[in-house]
Amino acid sequence: MLNLENIHAKVEGNEILKGINLEIKPGEVHAIMGPNGSGKSTLSKVIAGHPEYEQTDGKIELNINGKMQDIAELEASERAREGIFLGFQYPVEVPGVTNINFMHEAFNALCEHQGAETMDEASFREFVKSKLPILEMREDFLDRAVNEGFSGGEKKKNEILQMLILNPRVAFLDETDSGLDIDALKTVSKGVNTLKSKYNAIVLITHYQRLLDYIQPDFVHVLYKGKIIKSGDKSLALELEEKGYDWLIGDHQ
Amino acid sequence: MSEEINKRISEDYKWGFESAIEMEEFPKGLNPDIIRLLSQKKNEPQWLLDYRLKAYEKWTKMQVPKWTAFEIPDIDFQDLYYYAKPKVQAEKAKSLDELDPELLATFEKLGIPLQEQKRISGVAVDAVFDSVSLGTTWKEELEEAGVIFCSISEAVEKYPELVKKYLGTVVPTTDNFYAALNSAVFTDGSFVYIPKGVTCPMDLSTYFRINAKETGQFERTLIVADEGSYVNYLEGCTAPQRDENQLHAAIVELVALDNAEIKYSTVQNWYAGDKDGKGGIYNFVTKRGLCAGVNSKISWTQVEAGSAITWKYPSCILKGDNSQGAFYSVALTNHKMKADTGTKMIHIGKNTKSTIISKGISADESQNVYRGEVKMMPSAQGARNFSQCDSMLIGNNCSADTFPYIDVKNPTATVEHEASTSKISADQLFYLQSRGIDSEKAISLIVNGFCKDVFKTLPLEFSVEAVKLIEMKLENSVG
Repeated sequence: MLNLENIHAKVEGNEILKGINLEIKPGEVHAIMGPNGSGKSTLSKVIAGHPEYEQTDGKIELNINGKMQDIAELEASERAREGIFLGFQYPVEVPGVTNINFMHEAFNALCEHQGAETMDEASFREFVKSKLPILEMREDFLDRAVNEGFSGGEKKKNEILQMLILNPRVAFLDETDSGLDIDALKTVSKGVNTLKSKYNAIVLITHYQRLLDYIQPDFVHVLYKGKIIKSGDKSLALELEEKGYDWLIGDHQ
Repeated sequence: MSEEINKRISEDYKWGFESAIEMEEFPKGLNPDIIRLLSQKKNEPQWLLDYRLKAYEKWTKMQVPKWTAFEIPDIDFQDLYYYAKPKVQAEKAKSLDELDPELLATFEKLGIPLQEQKRISGVAVDAVFDSVSLGTTWKEELEEAGVIFCSISEAVEKYPELVKKYLGTVVPTTDNFYAALNSAVFTDGSFVYIPKGVTCPMDLSTYFRINAKETGQFERTLIVADEGSYVNYLEGCTAPQRDENQLHAAIVELVALDNAEIKYSTVQNWYAGDKDGKGGIYNFVTKRGLCAGVNSKISWTQVEAGSAITWKYPSCILKGDNSQGAFYSVALTNHKMKADTGTKMIHIGKNTKSTIISKGISADESQNVYRGEVKMMPSAQGARNFSQCDSMLIGNNCSADTFPYIDVKNPTATVEHEASTSKISADQLFYLQSRGIDSEKAISLIVNGFCKDVFKTLPLEFSVEAVKLIEMKLENSVG
């Protein structure tokens, strides 16, 4: 469903990604791990189409209407409408714009793109309300300005709520577990597992194996200096937790 | 990022059309003879001619103000027409239905139908075209309630005592250079009188349209709310798209007596010039309200989205005890527009209260200045002010400045001032885009969120129009 072929990318002139290859199929859960500065967040932003992250080589192919297509020319909003979602490590505040209004705009943009019927305000609110219990969120969240004055945990829950509303085909979750206490981690994981189906894929970017206790990955990849240096199954994450990264990166210094 | 943001800016100004209407104009230039001619043309009483001549005399001794933060090009005041009137209007039409079809079509195109069967319900409109008022809708209905809503020329004729009593009491002829000029040559504008205890049964609105070339528009609006009355007044303005600059120097005076309330809202969308700063309106306006009576209230809400240069400070003099003044403003500048706008709140009475909320948005190479003064006079026991001035920058080549002046002469008065400057960041845009919202819609969401506190004070139809206007102005301002 999503193929990454030899992805190279630059940020502010520095090459961060140096040839990433990865194939993601429907129904799969991938975890990307790696030390700080290895390019994990960059990878997710390049795929989501952040304008300040320049893809310099390689191909990102996404299955659009049954055909694998290079999405290099698509803007971030177009990629999102084709089903790519990015859960932010640091969700951004948008003062004065209510959460529900923001999600409604996004949802209707998606509906329009897919030729589905848009939803009016009242029915959209009902739809969103039906998702709130999964994340143990109160309705008043919907009428607050996007992420403004939200606690760290509330921001992360809000990311997952948006994901559930937009129902993406490939969701990249960038350190969604960082800054969460154990209860919030469980709740957020429950939200992610709700999305999981044989039709969509989830890519978890994380530092900690802890998250993977709640969301079972099919594949674990280690990113180092802009390349995937090792892939394996869940046991790789356990091994990393025990041994750290040194044993892996020794050969790549 | 900023390049992308600045790359494409809308050239569209859909109000930029010109109407082919034959005009009757006075010769160019200004001197006492022109003023006499103007006064005679309008059948004015001697006192008004004297008022004008005195103002002219003072104006000739005054200097063009130079204190704004940016250069204002020299204006040749002798190279302007001071009076322009549609020729076919030689005799005032008995009803708006009898107006020249071209004029009716002009206003219809602007979204202000004037004919009886098409007029907007719930809002009475005074349509001002260049130097004259074409007429007012819903006149009879308003008269039944005792409300006077007509052009100021008509008011001078029919209600001279009222006009004489209040004209120039809030903005004296010597107030400033442009106020003196306006007092000498004002042509038309609206007059409103709400009698004691009357809540005006509908919103009142004036639509100003500049059409003639090289003509200054000097309108004059006077609104008097008698004891215990209430009125909601809306003002809109547009002009054709032209390469030359045009001058608009208006005066608006509001008077609220005991327990009266006036809400005054403006959506200003004069032509702002093209992206290189060619053409556009110079908008030098003096707007001031006097809360003369106890418990009186005046609020100004403005959405300033047009004009090449704006110089405007809708203010309140809070004279009556417990009176309240408010100023809610959104000023949007793009291309090479320059706006210097803000307010003055002069607290004289006891326990007077004022609120200032100003939102400035600058894009491209524009300059956006908030300038405000809060003055607590020795008599203003227990007076309070709260000011919040926020600026938002779009791109790297624009500027935003805030100049708050605070002068407190009473120790029991409290003044609070908050200010912020923010920038629409690439990350903020990307966040919205990553949810499938395109960049234009994303900018408009962010900007509308920023302006929310002001938009919510506008009447509903106006608020919808303001949101659309801001969206249109910012269309293509991001890549």
